[in-house]
Amino acid sequence: MILFVEQALNGLQYGSMLFLLASGLTLIFGIMGVINLTHGAFYMVGAYSAAFAVLSTGSFLVGIAAALLGAGLYAVLVEVAVVQWLYRRDHLYQVLATLGLILFTNEAVSMIFGRRPPLMDIPPFLQGSIPLLPGLDYPLMRIAFIVTGALVAIGLWALVNHTRVGMLIRAGADDREMVDALGIDIRRLYTLVFGLGGALCGLAGVMAAPLLAIEIGMGERVLITTFVVIVIGGVGSVRGALVGALLVGMVDSLGRAYIPQLLQLSLPASAADTLGAGLVSASIYVLMAIVLLVRPNGLLPARR
Amino acid sequence: MMTSRLRLAVVAGGLALLLTAPLLAQLTGSAGLLGLANRIAIYAIAAVSLDLILGYGALVSFGHAMFFGLGGYAVGVIAFHTGAGEPLFGWQGSNAALIVWPLALVACALLATVVGTLSLKTSGVQFIMITLAFAQMVFFVLISLQSYGGDDGLLLDRRNTLPFIDLSRPMTFYYVCVALLVAWTAFCARVVNSRFGLVLQALRQSERRSINLGVDPFPFRLTAFVISAIGTGLAGVLWANYARFVSPDMAAWSKSGEFIAIVVLGGLGTLLGPIAGTAVFIALEQILSIWTEHWMIVMGPILTLVALFGRRGIAGRLFGERNG
Amino acid sequence: MSRSAFTRRMIVAGLASAAALPMAQSALAQAGASAPVTIGFITTLSTPAGYIGEDIRAGFQLALTDGKLGGVPVNLAIEDDALKPANAKQAADRLIQSGVKLFTGVNFSNVLAAVVPGVLESGGYYVSLNPGPSSFAGERCHRNYFVASYQNDAFHEAAGLSANRLGYKRVALLAPNYQAGRDALEGFKRTFKGEIVSEIYTKLDQTDFSVELARVRSLAPEAIYQFHPGGAGINFAKQYANAGLGKSIPMLIPAFSMDAHMVGATGDAADGIYASALWTPEATSPASKAFVEAFRKAYSRTPTMYAQQAYDTANLIGSALKAVNGDLGKQDEFRKALRAAQFTAVRGKFSFGPNQHPVQDYYLMKFEKRPSGEIVQTIVRKIAEDYGDAYAAQCKLN
Repeated sequence: MILFVEQALNGLQYGSMLFLLASGLTLIFGIMGVINLTHGAFYMVGAYSAAFAVLSTGSFLVGIAAALLGAGLYAVLVEVAVVQWLYRRDHLYQVLATLGLILFTNEAVSMIFGRRPPLMDIPPFLQGSIPLLPGLDYPLMRIAFIVTGALVAIGLWALVNHTRVGMLIRAGADDREMVDALGIDIRRLYTLVFGLGGALCGLAGVMAAPLLAIEIGMGERVLITTFVVIVIGGVGSVRGALVGALLVGMVDSLGRAYIPQLLQLSLPASAADTLGAGLVSASIYVLMAIVLLVRPNGLLPARR
Repeated sequence: MMTSRLRLAVVAGGLALLLTAPLLAQLTGSAGLLGLANRIAIYAIAAVSLDLILGYGALVSFGHAMFFGLGGYAVGVIAFHTGAGEPLFGWQGSNAALIVWPLALVACALLATVVGTLSLKTSGVQFIMITLAFAQMVFFVLISLQSYGGDDGLLLDRRNTLPFIDLSRPMTFYYVCVALLVAWTAFCARVVNSRFGLVLQALRQSERRSINLGVDPFPFRLTAFVISAIGTGLAGVLWANYARFVSPDMAAWSKSGEFIAIVVLGGLGTLLGPIAGTAVFIALEQILSIWTEHWMIVMGPILTLVALFGRRGIAGRLFGERNG
Repeated sequence: MSRSAFTRRMIVAGLASAAALPMAQSALAQAGASAPVTIGFITTLSTPAGYIGEDIRAGFQLALTDGKLGGVPVNLAIEDDALKPANAKQAADRLIQSGVKLFTGVNFSNVLAAVVPGVLESGGYYVSLNPGPSSFAGERCHRNYFVASYQNDAFHEAAGLSANRLGYKRVALLAPNYQAGRDALEGFKRTFKGEIVSEIYTKLDQTDFSVELARVRSLAPEAIYQFHPGGAGINFAKQYANAGLGKSIPMLIPAFSMDAHMVGATGDAADGIYASALWTPEATSPASKAFVEAFRKAYSRTPTMYAQQAYDTANLIGSALKAVNGDLGKQDEFRKALRAAQFTAVRGKFSFGPNQHPVQDYYLMKFEKRPSGEIVQTIVRKIAEDYGDAYAAQCKLN
């Protein structure tokens, strides 16, 4: 039972990370209708910015600031230089343009920072574990990750529902033309949302950096999963992104924890291992396919 | 207008280039040139096939690599059993292209029927993502095939055989690939200009109007999807024979992305454009990577610029053909 | 060893890297003694695993003096395989067609499997400077195929011996679910005498190991043996330490799960890890000291084991080239000279077994934090002397 709780916490932490990435992506998609493959690259830029800020100043807080700024500014740059010209174009051109940007970003980062992954330690105040239940110590860093995800979820909820920008975001997701017709400077709103999405990626990057290897291509590894999250949740909807992220996080973690063991009950060990690993890897894609077949617009689509 | 004559000239020139590539390779003494041309010919078949649904059907499949992979693995797996002398479902296996290749294509058609039937329940971004999901499932299945090398892939001892034609000779194999490319492109052109193709394009322009006219879009789209998958599978079959090596990479999502990039680069909905797109894409990759280890820093922006400014791809530039 | 899997998902296949060598070069290659010998050097330079290729190339080039190896002028035809077997195979085929006879450079088993058969079919030589997969070590051994690094399983077998020596009775095993990962665990089990409490297979491409670590904690083994190369290895070690397991359950790894660069990215989390290894930059032999110093001087960084192996391989090739004065046409002499392995290996003792794979000493090492804060890999003890591999007996050469 304790083990199950711990595995559920692991799922929650993974979900939290996915939410940070997916919330920005889903807004960008919902409001601007852009498929932005560069989103994973923002996450990488954030992690690298943080690592080098921490390396030169020694302060984790500076690292957070660097990640938010680095990733946010890079996102704004990408929007202004490339993406804004693609709003009214077919998805195909967006895919091609942002694919090109991924190649560029990866190579640029490896030329600037080198191919050797930089080190980023866990900040002293987040080291170690704390007891949550008798017999369950959970690493503080991961708890901080979960809390960050929750805070961002609340913050985004407040932003979307209780501010003027949020109103425009909601209106934009529901009906792009209407916001245009209101004569609002939609350009600036778009750039803002892009920057916000980038900053959230940066936050995910700085939180993940102490736990993961900071390396070229780390963005692409989460990119496809992030798309799975927003499609399951319903494109354009922050609530959907939250539900999708938690669902994918849980399915992945609990699947890894229990599928191989369940299979071993009924199959010989070697067959169970092989089949189990295949099932675990494919599990989130199977989940997405099922969701799309039952509810083609995702679980909680933005109203249209 | 000059267009039609120019177009004829470009097509004739391109075909001449394809046909004389082996000669050029010999004259310049660079053995790599033939291989380069051969890769272009094979990829072009996949690109033309993808254009059929991308350009004419507006069905953005982000998972076409699954058919490329399946076609390749069908060849690889049959060759593995034939070579090892272990029967496959009681069948001794065969090395004859006329048996193996159609089997591989049937496998692709079956997979496409299932995937297409399910995926076509969605549209737009959801269609993009669900095709990706199925491709990822195929990818993970290939990786978990321990007996066929898992993620290490599978080496083929020799190419498949054809009566009277020796496929093990690089030049012969190349001309077989070119012949198949020409035949497949001609077939696709006929499909596009048939009543079927016209309905498909009408659906792309206005689904609602077509439905009001009493057309059920599903069978048209599914047929196009299956044809496209067969063509991509054929490219996979040829690739397995060319490289004598198959690996799960063939079905990776990045491969699907590459196919899309090639088609858009060449020009959507032009059939011939994607062939030019393939040539440019693959040649560019090769030239840039000789020039610098950091070739992606150049390749990336080129793709982005093409997306920004090359509205109709290479074909659009050349012929002022219809849009994408 | 195998690749860090994620790189496979790098966008866009680097479809072959270089065009053919001009014909003139192939003519040169055949012209004999005075002309430079072209060595086909296919390795991974792009992708995140590119640092390994960079180190391999650097180590190999360090062995060259004025473009000569063993006094024979050589010309390295370096090709990037982008960690894709298909790319490597194309590059190899191209080089073979332009007359190249001698190959090395590949750093991953799956890439090697795609390159070697073609090279051997064409009558060429392949000298491996890193992977030594079991598939070519036993029945399928070949008189023109040499492995100057190690046989893959031997590292894991030595790790099993180390675990015995450390007195572990209950060990949990973790590896990614692909061929090299499975082989690693099989190798360990071959020599380990205690109980295996669980074999946990991780996903290809996995970055977060919290689920598996929770499982390890609940199993409470005396130690774990894990094999995760590249970024996954860094992730694993960092998260293992963060979960507080580093203090309670010792970790044993094969050397390539924590090379010099990975230590840099792992930091203090590497402290206390045991490794099964052939060599450490801290080794005190004169050859090793000279190599480390020269490498640091040339590239201002500490060499990894990959660089050391490439350097040894280059010197092995040099010794054989010298014996035939650069004439690869003297096949019997060239093979004989390679087999004799008359060179000073940085790692110490080195000779070839009957399957032309190394017979050498394996060590148990430990990562320890120096007072200066630097983490170094120090030798605990020799764990196996003149150790060959399990497949040599199946190889029928001559």
